[in-house]
Amino acid sequence: MQNPLLDSVSTVQTPEGIDLYLRVAGVWPRSIAWLIDLLIRGLMYIVLGFFLTKLGDFGTGLMLIGLFFMEWFYPVFFEVLNNGMTPGKKYLKLQVLNSDGTPIGWSPSLLRNILRTVDFLPFFYGIGFISMLMNDRFQRLGDLAADTIVVYYQDSVTVKSDKDKSISDRPHLKTDYRLNLKEQQSIIRYAERSGELSEARMQELAEILNPLDVKEHAMTKEKLLNIANGLTGQK
Amino acid sequence: MKQATFEKKYSEFWRYLEENILKEGQSLTSASNEIFDKDFSAQKFPEYYRLLCHHLSLARSRHYSPLLVDRLEKLVIQSHQLFYRRKSHMLASVLIYFTSGFAKAVRDEWRWVLLSAVLFFGTLFSMIITLQSYPDMVYTVIHAEQLAQMESMYDPSQEKIGRDRNAGTDFQMFGFYIFNNTGIGLKTFASGLLLGIGTIITLLFNGLNIGGVAGYLTYIGYGSTFWPFVSGHSAPELGAIVLSGAAGFKLGFSIISPGRKSRLLSLRDNAKQAVYMMYGVAALFIMAAFIEAYWSSMADIPSVIKYSVGIVNWLLLIAYFVFAGRRNATR
Repeated sequence: MQNPLLDSVSTVQTPEGIDLYLRVAGVWPRSIAWLIDLLIRGLMYIVLGFFLTKLGDFGTGLMLIGLFFMEWFYPVFFEVLNNGMTPGKKYLKLQVLNSDGTPIGWSPSLLRNILRTVDFLPFFYGIGFISMLMNDRFQRLGDLAADTIVVYYQDSVTVKSDKDKSISDRPHLKTDYRLNLKEQQSIIRYAERSGELSEARMQELAEILNPLDVKEHAMTKEKLLNIANGLTGQK
Repeated sequence: MKQATFEKKYSEFWRYLEENILKEGQSLTSASNEIFDKDFSAQKFPEYYRLLCHHLSLARSRHYSPLLVDRLEKLVIQSHQLFYRRKSHMLASVLIYFTSGFAKAVRDEWRWVLLSAVLFFGTLFSMIITLQSYPDMVYTVIHAEQLAQMESMYDPSQEKIGRDRNAGTDFQMFGFYIFNNTGIGLKTFASGLLLGIGTIITLLFNGLNIGGVAGYLTYIGYGSTFWPFVSGHSAPELGAIVLSGAAGFKLGFSIISPGRKSRLLSLRDNAKQAVYMMYGVAALFIMAAFIEAYWSSMADIPSVIKYSVGIVNWLLLIAYFVFAGRRNATR
């Protein structure tokens, strides 16, 4: 067996005995998400400031209260009420979850965002950055304390209509040689993607396999799809 | 079973779930109880979810194609989040918190509260006392400019005490106190994560600063305006500072001495309890800000009344932490 590859997938076992694979997000996408949120907050301050200063001292008071809540609780608000996503995170398809893959609640969200102050030290997320590089789930200190992770949002499931007809109407083709699991899967995957790739590319991909076959039986797209059909058992 | 047969058999079911969860995904934001439509009843969901998990593990163990496994994985993850969403009963938990939970949490951490109080009040009072004999010491902790500003704020000839002559209305100050003081409290707590060192520094700094102002103003004879001004909000505000310090120490010490847990686990467990305290601390800061802005600044109220209110506030605060939630304290 080969060594496990370096990967950013975090495995969570659920009570149903299923392993969930969560794709943990790294420093770069999270920084961008943070920047977007910073911009949004900045814009809101400008707009708020514009209107509230017209209200005089009362407006200044409101502005200061607003500033306090925005600085400390802007992420909390969105993380809890918007499915773990601040606007910036939503744009980058990131989501904050408890590390067991469940949605985040008030306490963990508050904790990770209050502790942001420490992650920000000594300047511009220095500690947070080091902490993220030092563990395999890219958790900053706030995440470690609150036991949360930032993952790529599992895109809304695309409800696929029936499979490409071209696969299912084919005859089955049995191979004379044994295919191991990986090979089988790649061939099935190839067939499943046949709708998305151009004809020429499909052919090109099939030809990679040519050395396998004897000359007079050169591999073609058609043949490969038939093999895939035999493997999945389409009728 | 070959993959195609498997898919044919269940794809209706998956599509049904996908459509309902997609619909769900949008309403996840709303806290409404009616999460599912009539057909997709909440009672059926656990059953469906387990079946789906079963399908996924079958698909994985039979090495079906990545595309199918992927589809099932996504569906399972979304269902998992829906299924294990933690329902919170906001109103009830807030009530329980303030009638018992908060006080009990503070009592449980009395050691850290004590340490924090000793550090903070220790520096505060020693500063006040020192300044009565060596008033020049004040310049070691407070900038001359700031001091001049303080002097003008508490000048007995002021009609509104405790603020700059050109500072605005009560509400503006209320906003400022929330922004500034609560922020300091949250930072005191958070910086505890640096092995408690950050908390020590903030506590000492604030003790020296507040003690410096108080001691100096007393020395130059402005005590008659300063003490009545601060007495009203001193209980919630100083109490809140001490408690944020205690929560910070709890955080820091959980890393220094994790006991039989791993440091990470110890941090997680203690952080959960520490942040639980911080809700109440924030509430105290807001109360303090309110009193400071609306009550303390009134200049035409006799000092006796102001002192009595201050003392009553202290007694209430202490009584709350000593007695609240002694019986059936729940978390």
